[in-house]
Amino acid sequence: MRSRVEDFELVRPRDLGDALARLAAEPSLRPLAGGTDVMVLLAAGKLPWKRLIDIWGLVELRGIEVQPATVTLGALTTFSEVQEHALLQGELPLLGRAGAETGGPAIQNRGTIGGNIANASPAADTPPALLAYDAEVELASAAGRRWVRYRSFHTGYKTTVMQPGELITRVRLARGAGRVHFYRKVGPRRAQAISKVCFAGVATLAAGRVSDVGIALGGVAPVVLPCAQTEAALRGLSLAELAGALAGATATLSAEIAPIDDIRSTARYRRRVAENLLGAFVAEISARG
Amino acid sequence: MLPSRAMTGKAVGRSVPRREADAKLRGQARYVGDVTMPGMLHGATVRSQVARGRLRAIHFGPEVRWDEYVVVTAADIIAAGGVNTVALIVDHDQPALVGIGDIIAHREEPVVLLAHPDPHALEPARRAIRLEVEPLPAVLTLDDALAARTVVYGEDNVIKSYGIDKGDVDAAFAAAEVVSEGVYETGAQEQLYIENNGMIGALEGDVVTVWGSMQCPYYVQKGLMKCFGVGPERARVVQLETGGGFGGKEEYPSILGIHVALLARKAGRPVRILYDRGEDMAATTKRHPSRTRVRSAARRDGTLTALDIDFVLDGGAYATLSQVVLSRGTIHAAGPYSVANVRVRGRAMATSTPPHGAFRGFGAPQSIFALERHLDEVAHKLGLTPEALRRKNFVTKGGELATGQLVRDDIDLGALLGSALALADWERKRTDIAAERARSGAPLRRRGLGLATFLHGTGFTGSGEKYLASVVGVEGMADGRVRVLASSTEIGQGTQTVFAQIAADALGVDMADVEVATPDTRDVPNSGPTVASRTCTIVGKLVETAAHTLRARLVAAGLLPADGGGDLRAAVQRHLATLGPLRALAQYEAPPYVKWDEGAFRGDAYGAYSWGVYVAEVEVDMLTYEARVLDFVAAQEVGRVIHPVLATGQIEGGVAQGIGWALYENVVWRDGVMSNNRMTDYIMPTSEDIPPIRVLFAEAPYPYGPFGAKGIGELPMDGPAPAILNAIEDALGVSIRRIPATPEVIMDAVEGAGASNGDGAGAGAGVAGAGVAGAA
Ligand SMILES: Cc1cc2nc3c(=O)[nH]c(=O)nc-3n(C[C@H](O)[C@H](O)[C@H](O)COP(=O)(O)OP(=O)(O)OC[C@H]3O[C@@H](n4cnc5c(N)ncnc54)[C@H](O)[C@@H]3O)c2cc1C
Repeated sequence: MRSRVEDFELVRPRDLGDALARLAAEPSLRPLAGGTDVMVLLAAGKLPWKRLIDIWGLVELRGIEVQPATVTLGALTTFSEVQEHALLQGELPLLGRAGAETGGPAIQNRGTIGGNIANASPAADTPPALLAYDAEVELASAAGRRWVRYRSFHTGYKTTVMQPGELITRVRLARGAGRVHFYRKVGPRRAQAISKVCFAGVATLAAGRVSDVGIALGGVAPVVLPCAQTEAALRGLSLAELAGALAGATATLSAEIAPIDDIRSTARYRRRVAENLLGAFVAEISARG
Repeated sequence: MLPSRAMTGKAVGRSVPRREADAKLRGQARYVGDVTMPGMLHGATVRSQVARGRLRAIHFGPEVRWDEYVVVTAADIIAAGGVNTVALIVDHDQPALVGIGDIIAHREEPVVLLAHPDPHALEPARRAIRLEVEPLPAVLTLDDALAARTVVYGEDNVIKSYGIDKGDVDAAFAAAEVVSEGVYETGAQEQLYIENNGMIGALEGDVVTVWGSMQCPYYVQKGLMKCFGVGPERARVVQLETGGGFGGKEEYPSILGIHVALLARKAGRPVRILYDRGEDMAATTKRHPSRTRVRSAARRDGTLTALDIDFVLDGGAYATLSQVVLSRGTIHAAGPYSVANVRVRGRAMATSTPPHGAFRGFGAPQSIFALERHLDEVAHKLGLTPEALRRKNFVTKGGELATGQLVRDDIDLGALLGSALALADWERKRTDIAAERARSGAPLRRRGLGLATFLHGTGFTGSGEKYLASVVGVEGMADGRVRVLASSTEIGQGTQTVFAQIAADALGVDMADVEVATPDTRDVPNSGPTVASRTCTIVGKLVETAAHTLRARLVAAGLLPADGGGDLRAAVQRHLATLGPLRALAQYEAPPYVKWDEGAFRGDAYGAYSWGVYVAEVEVDMLTYEARVLDFVAAQEVGRVIHPVLATGQIEGGVAQGIGWALYENVVWRDGVMSNNRMTDYIMPTSEDIPPIRVLFAEAPYPYGPFGAKGIGELPMDGPAPAILNAIEDALGVSIRRIPATPEVIMDAVEGAGASNGDGAGAGAGVAGAGVAGAA
């Protein structure tokens, strides 16, 4: 432990209103949710924020609500809760698959969706699934609430549209049945690993065609990356056309991503694996057709 | 030294409950991090931060109240009349602290030591110290070390070289039917014991005392004596519970022991230094990276007629133990084969990285990897199966190894290979895999099988054991029980249990009548370091001999019947009451046949060898290039197995560590230091990545080991990497010649990418450059 815990202060709000009021009064306060990212920085002596606000107890940010057309997750929904939820398993299974591959059980019990989004790591594992499903994120501050499309949330490496004083409160996803879901986390080992590449894909089939498709990747750009051009290359194709379109779609994907060499992998590897996983996703769509 | 009687007692050969387990399971075992002493300060180390340079000045920033701190520099060592060195094999090698005007030889050299009552006060102080350094050119790669344009050690960067010459290699190559050649490389590996290095130092009167996590108390004592200029009676070293070592606590604790003692002397209070994981990974020793060129000559029928091997180790900035790592690696380079003509050239080179050091296997895994990979390439070239090629060349009992040593072990490698292949279901899997390959065009996963056959010398190399002349004592205690006195440490492998088993059976008593002393240089004789697979077989033999001597004394005194049996407790107590103290010592003597010529590097390099045949089944995911070990069979002949559960644990642990070295564990070097010094980024396999490991022991008792036991601890590190890489070649049809074979390396091999890879870390530099060709 390279930090001295006494150097840090934690404020505990009564409820969401109190939390937003305190954040409005002191915009440099930083939320502490499950703490699974914050505690790592603390232990390494690298936590830049001296004052934190503990939102873990805010019941307003908990729970999974199912409506006729959508599912809404509180920001504090943990990876364990996501995996256990029957409707998510059936209609939005990529969330549970990502959750199951996030850290180990202790992290899954404590780590939250809101924290995973706000932490804004380009290698986070649930965000690609949220992007593929085209989720929306609710931001709240003392001044009010707003919904933003998650696809426009991350603006650059570790930068987001969140304003000082704002909290992530909820995440909303459209429901859907009978879709093809594909998820593959590629880390340096089978568990307890940071992704080198993470691929999430969802496709809706109607009348022998790919009527809609969502594709997003982690680990291949400064942000978790929705791949709109690759989606466009596949959207509307008939199943028979898919195989022939793969080479073109792969080239599109390759142009869309911007992987780098770093301590964990190489740009070449990330690019090739991303391409291969697109091929596997397309093969899965074809097989289901 | 008398051969062991092949008798069976009540304890040996049985998986008795582990002595060390109780306290560990109850959380009562006290490691250095659990121990505090009255008035104890906390210490920290300020390190050099440049790969190479000359230290000009040390500046202490004004933002810190330095009078609150104890500050030690090299000047304190000299002022106290000591010698600024960490004595190991060589007395003057690395300094304990780099002094002003001295050379900084790597980025993690200790320069200043700090101590303070508040551990959190150390980090700001550490940051407030600025070192003024005149930069000097560094040697950051093995190529640069070999080119010797920049010289950082001696005249040509060579720390040590050895050679083995047998027969007429050049003539054999001239007459060869098939010549093959390849260059094989292995990476550094971090020991990654659970407990980081840590020590406490204090002055007890005029005795410098350190307590801590270590493998070799007498090495630490030697270092203290030299640096402090005191005799053995004024330097005391006590081992605390130790959370693993794997070689990583062989030499490094000598440095840390000196550091805490220096701080304690200046502070006049006990001082503890605990490394955190980042510091431990960056600053302490790792397995030597290696590069081996193997050239072989063979007949078309598979008979190897000559081996010509150039074996190079990266030793890092100081000599430390590189010379002995090199000697073991050189001797093991020609494997368990009978080859008429052998030339091995071994060199340990200096570079500007922290010194590489002991790690399970000690040079042998590196050279064995090269040969075993090479032999599969030769087999493919000759159209033979890997097992057929090996069968053709196995050394047999009475046959001659590369150093001219005649094999005395009762070993039948062909039979061991047969058992291993049967257990692995080799033939059936071969057929299945062939059918899979025939079926699909571009499968998403490809399976392959691979094996490696190898040997591992028991105990120190060459004259090492003679030179150490280890001593073990067994003494009678007031309550009539006996106590084993040895400096061999329990570091997770079960030393105390095994010693108690051996002593109990040698004395003919219950294990409850035997205690094993905790190593404390004040109380126990020097039984040598806890290294080299020697604790059970070499030191255990001394335990057995000392126990026999003690019993013989009681018999001679008429206190026990000569034909066995009797009440030992009563006899011991009567001895103590009437005849005085009862203590028997045993000192190492080499088996009578052992002859070793250090100059010519010929003769009996080891008293005996353990032998292994390892088989791996591997699957490569063709989307992600991840190789996964599906099944693993480890068959070995290790002499008598003293404790089956512990022995099996040693094999399983070694195989897991070997899998890590082969596929996952990649030390990323930046400017001469490990840059991924975190467990997040240095990838050790977890249980999810380790297959079932099926362990088979063949037992041919060794007359000069206790109850027939040979060495076992290092052997399992030798086989996994080549077996796995051979399986990958089988799966993919391309030969990968470097480890770790991370997915990045495998991808480049599959794509035949050569050296066009970026400088990305995952693959290491140069990836499959030399790696992806068949035998030349
Ligand atoms: C051992 C280990 C393994 C891990 N493995 C993985 C993995 O496999 N995949 C993966 O993606 N991640 C992994 N993580 C990272 C981490 O668990 C996730 O990012 C997790 O989702 C963070 O959630 P949290 O609630 O713990 O966040 P916290 O640590 O509490 O917060 C993280 C950041 O988000 C901010 N924040 C949190 N909640 C909100 C909110 N509602 N509104 C605004 N800002 C907020 C905080 O201020 C902070 O900046 C791992 C972490 C550890 C320690």
